[in-house]
Amino acid sequence: MKKNRRNVYMAAGYHTVSLGTGRKEFNPRRARPGLEEYIQEAGRAVLAQIGGGKNVDEGVIGNFMAARFNRQGHLAALIPSIDPELRWKPCTRVECACASGGVALTSAIKSVRAGTAEVVLTIGVEVQNTVKAIYGADILAGAGWYRGERKAGHAYFFPALFSARAGAYFEKFGRDKARRAFARWYRNAVENARLCETAQEFHNTCPDLEAVGLAEPNPRSFVDHLNIFDCSKVSDAAAAIAVMSEEGLERCGISKNEAVEVVGWGQVEADLTVPPADPTELETTRRAVQKALDAAGVKLDQIGTVECHDCFTISGILSVEAIGFAGHGEGPDYVLEGKTSRKGDAPFNTSGGLIGWGHPTGGTGVRQAVTVWQQLTGKADGWQVKISRQRPYGLSVNMGGNDKTVVAIVYKKAGRKRKAKP
Amino acid sequence: MNYVERLEKVAVLGAAGKMGSGIVLLTAMEMADLSLDPGNRSRDFALYAVDISEPALTGLLRYLRDQVRRAAEKKTVGLRGVYASRADLVENEEVIRQYVEDVLAIVRPTTRLEAAYGAGLVFEATNENPDLKIKLLGQIHDHSQKDAWFLTNTSSIPIHEIDGKAGLGGRLIGFHFYNPPAVQKLVEVIRAKSTLPELADFALQYAKKLRKVVVPSNDVAGFIGNGHFMRDALHGISEVERLAPEFGFVDAVYMVNKVSQDFLIRPMGIFQLVDYVGLDICQCILKVMSDRSVGSGLQNSLLDRLIAAGVRGGQFADGSQKDGFLKYEKGRPAGIYDPEAKAYVPFTEVGPRCDERLGPLPASGRPWKSVIQAADRAGTLQGYFRDLRTMTTLGADLAGRYGRKAKEIGLGLVKDGVAQKEEDVNTVMLTGFYHAYGPINAYFDD
Repeated sequence: MKKNRRNVYMAAGYHTVSLGTGRKEFNPRRARPGLEEYIQEAGRAVLAQIGGGKNVDEGVIGNFMAARFNRQGHLAALIPSIDPELRWKPCTRVECACASGGVALTSAIKSVRAGTAEVVLTIGVEVQNTVKAIYGADILAGAGWYRGERKAGHAYFFPALFSARAGAYFEKFGRDKARRAFARWYRNAVENARLCETAQEFHNTCPDLEAVGLAEPNPRSFVDHLNIFDCSKVSDAAAAIAVMSEEGLERCGISKNEAVEVVGWGQVEADLTVPPADPTELETTRRAVQKALDAAGVKLDQIGTVECHDCFTISGILSVEAIGFAGHGEGPDYVLEGKTSRKGDAPFNTSGGLIGWGHPTGGTGVRQAVTVWQQLTGKADGWQVKISRQRPYGLSVNMGGNDKTVVAIVYKKAGRKRKAKP
Repeated sequence: MNYVERLEKVAVLGAAGKMGSGIVLLTAMEMADLSLDPGNRSRDFALYAVDISEPALTGLLRYLRDQVRRAAEKKTVGLRGVYASRADLVENEEVIRQYVEDVLAIVRPTTRLEAAYGAGLVFEATNENPDLKIKLLGQIHDHSQKDAWFLTNTSSIPIHEIDGKAGLGGRLIGFHFYNPPAVQKLVEVIRAKSTLPELADFALQYAKKLRKVVVPSNDVAGFIGNGHFMRDALHGISEVERLAPEFGFVDAVYMVNKVSQDFLIRPMGIFQLVDYVGLDICQCILKVMSDRSVGSGLQNSLLDRLIAAGVRGGQFADGSQKDGFLKYEKGRPAGIYDPEAKAYVPFTEVGPRCDERLGPLPASGRPWKSVIQAADRAGTLQGYFRDLRTMTTLGADLAGRYGRKAKEIGLGLVKDGVAQKEEDVNTVMLTGFYHAYGPINAYFDD
């Protein structure tokens, strides 16, 4: 990738609560906020930090399936509902399944780099609790290849795709350790979520999470190799962040100490109609992360925190390998040794990730950016991890579908002063 | 006729009633599942849903549509396989909708009893009235084109009595679902001496396909379920009568209801359960039992007086609870009937003073729902009842009396030859009444 012509920053992030089962205030029979309320809550919270809508040049919104979950298309036109000053400004909705949020970010980054905007309000949203899970599975299956895969596919289409990956992984590398690593992943996710009050699992009080995570899968009612704790939940949430140039930061009165700089990113697409060459590997994720690290000129041992796309525990393990922290087949050891936990050198998913914090599909990519921004700028309240001088970078990896669209972004705190070497 | 042939043409009598509609639901789904087997494609499965009330049959279809959809949503994993050859059914939603249509296509609602003449299997779920059952089954048997077998959902009338008086020659077995049949896991199977062995085999196979827990009960009026419940309810009433002189009727009902729910960790208080079943139905069952002298003290004048005053309980057609001993608001008890004033006194008026009299639950007290979900249910209950026994409050005393009485009733059912063993009594209360523990236990022993 060519060197950035203009530096790109992110600041003023915000995310709503991830609402769904597990949250005390969630009642499937009671009326809940809709798309508009989520978009407005997240958007207004960002505007409040950047001096209002007048400072925004452009809006981008990532969303996967509002057309089916909420019978609502044309989400770009909901952006001006956040603030009257956003009217008459260019707005775009982008869709790349669960990577919609990540692609919203890269769209904003490109606009800033191209000089067509100094400040882009970037939003990700999904409101999925409008239908029962069995119908939600139909909608989410749209991230796969409908004509080629859906008919022969499982009732729980995506859990089954990743269950098949888990099955292949068990066969190649053994079941027992991998399943224990799944359970540990679940425990780490929930324990982190308990520190972050907006997380869907914030209220989880289960005393023995690993025992729960080890529940045997039930193929009769669900899938062969995963139990429900191996899966992220159905979530309603939105996240938003301002993507800005240096001039944008100044315009909004944001000091660099309050911002992160995008030092590299990779966006990679695979063919929807072709199954993965090796189901035990997330090849697209690997390629996207490599691209981002290369662009940033950053090595893994400089990464201090990671937000990975753990839509399932197996995706978490495979992500650890695809990012490169562990070799092929060694992800379970890496997780079981505690290296992805908040005590590890590069803690993963510090507010719970998709399994613990929640997975508002089209919103997740933006939520990940907000979490990394919080960590690197010291705004992560109860879930703050220590970001050391040796590892000043953050990494987010947002995956769409069965490893088809992947966006990886490398961040660093913008205002960090480097001490001269003695 | 084999199992499939028996289930090809079925009639359900009283199909739109509380029990009948559940039986139609479960049976129609079983028939639909058989019809979807490629080997059965040439067969025409039909379930004649017979009821005297046409509006109720309309309600039945609405109920079925909703319930089959819910059931299909839970078994979509399997249904996708069943419809694998249907290229037009791709999404779960399409598969579920098709299954609902396939089940409903089997159900033929009718008010004409003659429809049952063509059935190979007749399920009887009419009022708990011996003469009515005998008349209907006898008539169908006389005209049956398929030498029908009969399953009766009676909860109290001896099977040999119906069989003999209707002249069914052993073509009858008791197959007693619990309310609501789609939810409660239990089926009490009552085999009379005369019951054909093939029919008994069929009944077990059918119960197994429905994934029910089967408890055999001997052919004694009331069987195990009502044998226990009726006496348990009568104990509640007699406690009210014992406490009423001191505290007043309304307060006594409140306290006994509360003790039997919260202190005994049951899903409902005893008077809420009587209301749920219906005071009039309880009266019918008690009469059946009493007339057949299966025990003493099975009549109750209070129940008779309340029914005479129009206090009946039971449910409205939409399933919501009618007022009985208690008044219901949004499905929850909210008041108590005062027979003198002929009006309901709100809980808010009596609750505080009664709760104070009863005293608190032990600190280890937990609601029924949390106990049935507890990983270590036995340990939880053991600890709770141990704590309760150390207390000297009125609540703890009433709970102890109730618990000991429930055990005495359970042991009596075994001693009198209604249940074959103690475990059967406990299974009935656990799976038919959703209790957290069986009545035959050591929790209340001195």
